[in-house]
Formats: sequence, C-alpha cells, structure tokens
Amino acid sequence: MDLRYSQSEEAFRAELRSWLAEVVPVLPPRPSPHDWPARRAFDTAWQKMLYDAGYAGIDWPVQGGGRGASPVEQLVYLEELERAHAPYVGVNFVGLLHAGPTIVVEGTPEQRARFLPPILRGDEVWCQGFSEPDAGSDLASLRTRAVRHGDDYVVTGTKIWTSHAEVADCCELLVRTSDEGPKHKGITWLIMPMDAPGIEIRPLRTISGSSEFAELFLDGVRVPVANRVGAENDGWRVTMVTLSFERGTAFVGELLETMELLRRLKVSARRSGAWDEGEVRHRVGQMGAELDALWALARRNISQATRTGVPGTGASVFKLAFSELRQRVAQLGMDLLGPAGLSTDELPSADGGEPLGNGALVELWLNAFNRTIAAGTSQIQRNIVAERILGLPKA
Amino acid sequence: MDFDLSDDDRSLADGMRRLCTGRFPLEQLRRSEGRRSLDRAGWSVLAEAGVFSLRLAPSAGGAGLGTAQASVVFEELGRALVPGPVAATHVAAAMVEGAATGERTVGLLPRPGWGGPGGGPSLPAMVGDLGSLDCLLVVDGDAVELVETGELDGEPVEGLDPLTPMWFVAEIPRGAAVGAAAAAEAIWRDHLVLSGALLVGMAASTSDMAVEYAKVRQQFDRPIGAFQAVKHMCADMLVRTELCRAAVHAAAVAVDQPEVGDSVRAAAGAAMLAAQAADANARACIQVYGGMGFTWEVPAHLYLTRARVISQFLGSSGALADVVAGRF
Repeated sequence: MDLRYSQSEEAFRAELRSWLAEVVPVLPPRPSPHDWPARRAFDTAWQKMLYDAGYAGIDWPVQGGGRGASPVEQLVYLEELERAHAPYVGVNFVGLLHAGPTIVVEGTPEQRARFLPPILRGDEVWCQGFSEPDAGSDLASLRTRAVRHGDDYVVTGTKIWTSHAEVADCCELLVRTSDEGPKHKGITWLIMPMDAPGIEIRPLRTISGSSEFAELFLDGVRVPVANRVGAENDGWRVTMVTLSFERGTAFVGELLETMELLRRLKVSARRSGAWDEGEVRHRVGQMGAELDALWALARRNISQATRTGVPGTGASVFKLAFSELRQRVAQLGMDLLGPAGLSTDELPSADGGEPLGNGALVELWLNAFNRTIAAGTSQIQRNIVAERILGLPKA
Repeated sequence: MDFDLSDDDRSLADGMRRLCTGRFPLEQLRRSEGRRSLDRAGWSVLAEAGVFSLRLAPSAGGAGLGTAQASVVFEELGRALVPGPVAATHVAAAMVEGAATGERTVGLLPRPGWGGPGGGPSLPAMVGDLGSLDCLLVVDGDAVELVETGELDGEPVEGLDPLTPMWFVAEIPRGAAVGAAAAAEAIWRDHLVLSGALLVGMAASTSDMAVEYAKVRQQFDRPIGAFQAVKHMCADMLVRTELCRAAVHAAAVAVDQPEVGDSVRAAAGAAMLAAQAADANARACIQVYGGMGFTWEVPAHLYLTRARVISQFLGSSGALADVVAGRF
C-alpha cells in the first residue's frame, strides 16, 4: 500500500499543472446554465483546447485516438483539473465517456474514422437515447422500435432523460429489433444523426428549473444500417462494453469538488458563528471523514483496476455511498444558509464581505437529488451490490 | 501510487487468519466467557507471531514492517474477536520493556478529564482486563504516563462483553512520564488506527455472518436474502465495511508516509467510521438473524458489546468528528 506518486506520475502532473495554469485563467466567462447554445460553444471550445494540448480522450486507448493514460494518470488528470477549477466535460460527456469508447471497441473502421475524431476535437456533441418513459431501471424492456427498410432502420418511439439533446449532433440510441427470446437479446445500438427528419425534442424542466434533459419523440426516423454498432440484436452487450472502460474514476472529479464545497461551508460557518454549535462541527467532521474514506476507496479501486485491467466491484459501493453523501453535504449547505436558502437570487452577505453564493448552493442542493437516481438508482445499486458482490439470490 | 494490498500484505493476512482460526476459534474463546484473566499462553502465541513487535526495527527484535501491515494483521484479530488489549500493547512496544515479547501486558487509557478525544467525563474509569495488566499507559494532550497496575485500586464488575472482564477504578493515579506531547499524539493516533483495524474486522465478520444466514434461512419458501428489505441491509453492511477499511488503510499509510497527508485527521476519521460500522453491522446482524440473533448462542451480541468496549476508549463520534472538522 503506497499513496506516493511515482516520478513519471509526478512529471505528468507537473506538465498538466503548468498547462492549466496558463490556459484556465484566460478562459472566457462561463455561460449561463440556461443558455444551451452558449454552453455548447464554451464546452466544445474547451475540448478543442484539450485536444490541441494532447489531453483529449485521456482514458481512450491510443488506437482510438486517445491518450491511453494509465488509471493513476487519469486520477491525476481529474485532481489537477479540479485544483485548477478547469471546466467540466459538460456537453461532451456522452461522446467522451459513453459513445466514443463504445465505438472504439465495437465500431467498424469506417465508423471509427467518421465519428471518433470529431468527438475528440469538440466538433460534434452526442446525446444518449437509452431510457424510455416505461424503461428506466428496467432498461432492457425498452420499446422504441426499429424496422429495417432497405439500407435504413425506421425508428419510432419515445426516449427520455436525454441530456443536451437540443445541441447534439448524434445520438447513441438503443432500439428494439426483436421480440423473440429474452428482452435484452432483441436490442440494437444505433448512431442517430440528430438532424434526421422525424425527431421532435421537448425539453423537460427539472426541479432546479433547468432544461438539462429532454424527451425525444421519434416518428419514422431513418437511420442508415451503416450506423449500426455491433450486430443486430446484440446492442445490450455493446452497451455493457462501455462499462468495461470504467476504471473507478467516474465520480472522482465530483468527489474532489464536494470536498472543496465542504471546506467552503466550514469557512462560511466560521464566519457566521454557526461553527460554535457542536452539531455543525460534528456534521462537518462526519462528512469530512466519509469524503476522506471515499477518496481512499477511489484510489483503492483505481489501484485494483491498474493491477487487474478491469474495474473492481468497488465502483458500485463507491457510487452508492457517494451519491447519498453528496446530498447530505448539500443539505448542510442549505441548513447553513437558513432563510437565505429561500431565495434563488443572489443576496448580499451579512457582513458585506464576499457574496453568499446562495443561488448556486440552492441549485446544487436541488440538483443533488438526481445523484441517487441517475446512472442506477440507489435501490438498483443495492441490488447490484447484494447480488453480484455478496451473492444473495435474486427476488 | 498503488493503494491495493500487495501480495505480501495478503499473505500476512492469510497467515494471521490461519493462526486465529487455529489457536483462537470462537467456540474455544467462548469457553472462557466470564473468566477474569487473560489466556497468557495465547498471549505468548500472539507475541511469537509478531503481533506486538511487528513495527519495531529488526535490531529491536521486530519485523520492521509498517502501520499498513499492522492494520492488516489487526483486522484479522478483530474478525476473530481475539480478547485482550492487543492494540494498546502493540503501540506500547517501543516504550514499555517486555510489551513486544508478550512478557508484559499493557493497557491504554485517556487521562480522565482530558478535553481531547476520548477524554470525556472524569469518572468513573472502567479498565478492561485489569487483573491481567502489568501496566497502563495514560495519555492526554501533553504527555504519556506509565502507571503500574499495582498502584490501582480496582473493583471487579460484571463486564458488558463476556470476553472482556471489567474493573471499576475510582481514581487513576499519576504515573512516571515516559513521553511528551509528540509521543502522546503518536501513541494516541496509532492506537486509533489499530483499534480501527480491529473494528473493521468485526464489521466484516458480522457482515459475512448476516449474508451467509440470509442465503440459507428460508421463509415464505425462499431465502430471506431474496427479499430486498433484507438484501439492502446486507448491501449497506458491505458499504460500511469497505469504506472504513479503505479509511483505516489510508490512515495507516499516512502514519508510514507522512508526506501523503494529515495522519491525525485520517486516524480520527477512520476510527470514527470503523466504530460506527462495527456497531451498525452488529445491530444489523442481530436483526437479520431475527429471533436467533437475540439468543446468547448466536455470537452477534459478542461483536456488539466488544465494539462498544473498544470504541469507549477512542472517544465519542462527536469528539472524533471534532478532530476531523478542525483539520478538514
């Protein structure tokens, strides 16, 4: 057990840190979270900068055009981006973390040449068409149908929780191509161009008021058969391939951000006097210890992935614990705000010092509710932990 | 950076587990329920296995291993419920002649009235295994004192944990100063880490017990572990165990490699989480066992009460959280 970084890991860190110190301070101002075209422009410009500096697709294999960094280097990368307050992956999320890695492994040479470089360069944005109104946790029961017509699939159905749909160029789409046999054996993975006729996008308003997600209504959308990734009816396996890329780094950036948030809450509690209450200190200490423990668990998971080449079972444990902790940290933030948490408009601080940041904290608190739902609800995660790790029987 | 257990760490754990199941099987430990003295022969076996001398330099008769390796060993001792002041005697090894070799058994107490973690109310002081202790390290923020147990006036009481005999001690006298503030902090910190490791092993053991029972106990024509209400309790037990194990190992590494972070914050947080996990998992284990969990026969209660004995001398969750909060 060694928590010291090697010379080459430190060299990688130093090079990245000096690049970030150069570019992050001169980035244009962050766009409003509600202005999607501006967000796309900002996020893709940042992606282009990463590309030019050789950091695009840090976790992608070299043969896919990525950097092929080791899991520990990926960790260092996330640590340094957080430390420099660099932009998040933003609208590039699906392309860089889901669709791209899937095409790297399962795509044809033509698909790789066509779709991978634009993701890495920030030229094209992807969205995800997996969930449906009646297929959430039970994703394999999805019903959006694709029927073969010559060189096209004709797709009809409804998708939901599609992030960044309004500004996306491509959609990784799961469709039903067969009703025979087990339901996960009749699913196909398609690349749907978002400018195809027959796609209607309706934004969904979330509890924080944002239009982060949309619903997609697909009415006879034609998708070329050439855009099928993997064989027909083999889409479930293709989807699982994406997971094999996960090395335990998925939530590391957000974990580090949450540690920073707790430190800021401590500073504001000290300023307001709330720190003198034992209860506030105990909550900070409890959550601080849990964050430290999760940081240790993340490094353990990454070390195991380095050794074995596959992610350990620790990823589900991490996701489950972190998503609930994130909500508790946000709750502490709201409790410390007190009445100021009733306003989403920025209020002046009592001592006329730094702004209170109440608007951002309220939004963070509301958004935290999605952590225990998205990417596998906590209830599904507990089933996974109990059945796959502990070997308990299925219901 | 490689935070996984090395092959050597794993064989150390395997060896210690074999020693514990061979020499300290639970059925045998339970035959000494209510006994008021430690099994000295067993204590010598632990000493010979290097439990107390593990971190001493080879020139001092030790194995020259790190706190990380010690935490792996202590997790196994906790899993097996090996009784006695194993963590205290281990951290005393460099300070008290005869501790490393098992010739002297050493206890550890926070100085009653100390405002630091573990300080708590000044009296009454409860001392476990007093009848078998040769001396006691008494720690506060300023110093470590060595108190010979002959100077203690203890009254035996029926202990909560049937495997840890208890004494009520009205007054803890001053002893000979054997270390200053820095030594006190280091002893206190290392004791937190190794006690935390014992508690991790206990949390893992009750988690394993509950999961195994949930697989075989049938109700409504299926194993109770197929019901999500039970299944999710088991998942939470694993989550607590994995988190506090990672925390204890990280704290141990921070003791060995000071450049990686604040070892006191890590030790306090890890001990707090391990105490919480050992307690919560023992409770959940009793619940998963249902009526059987409430019987003396099923050992779940032994883990519950031992967790309380160990945690009592580490400080309350609130006191440990205060340490973390102040340093976060």
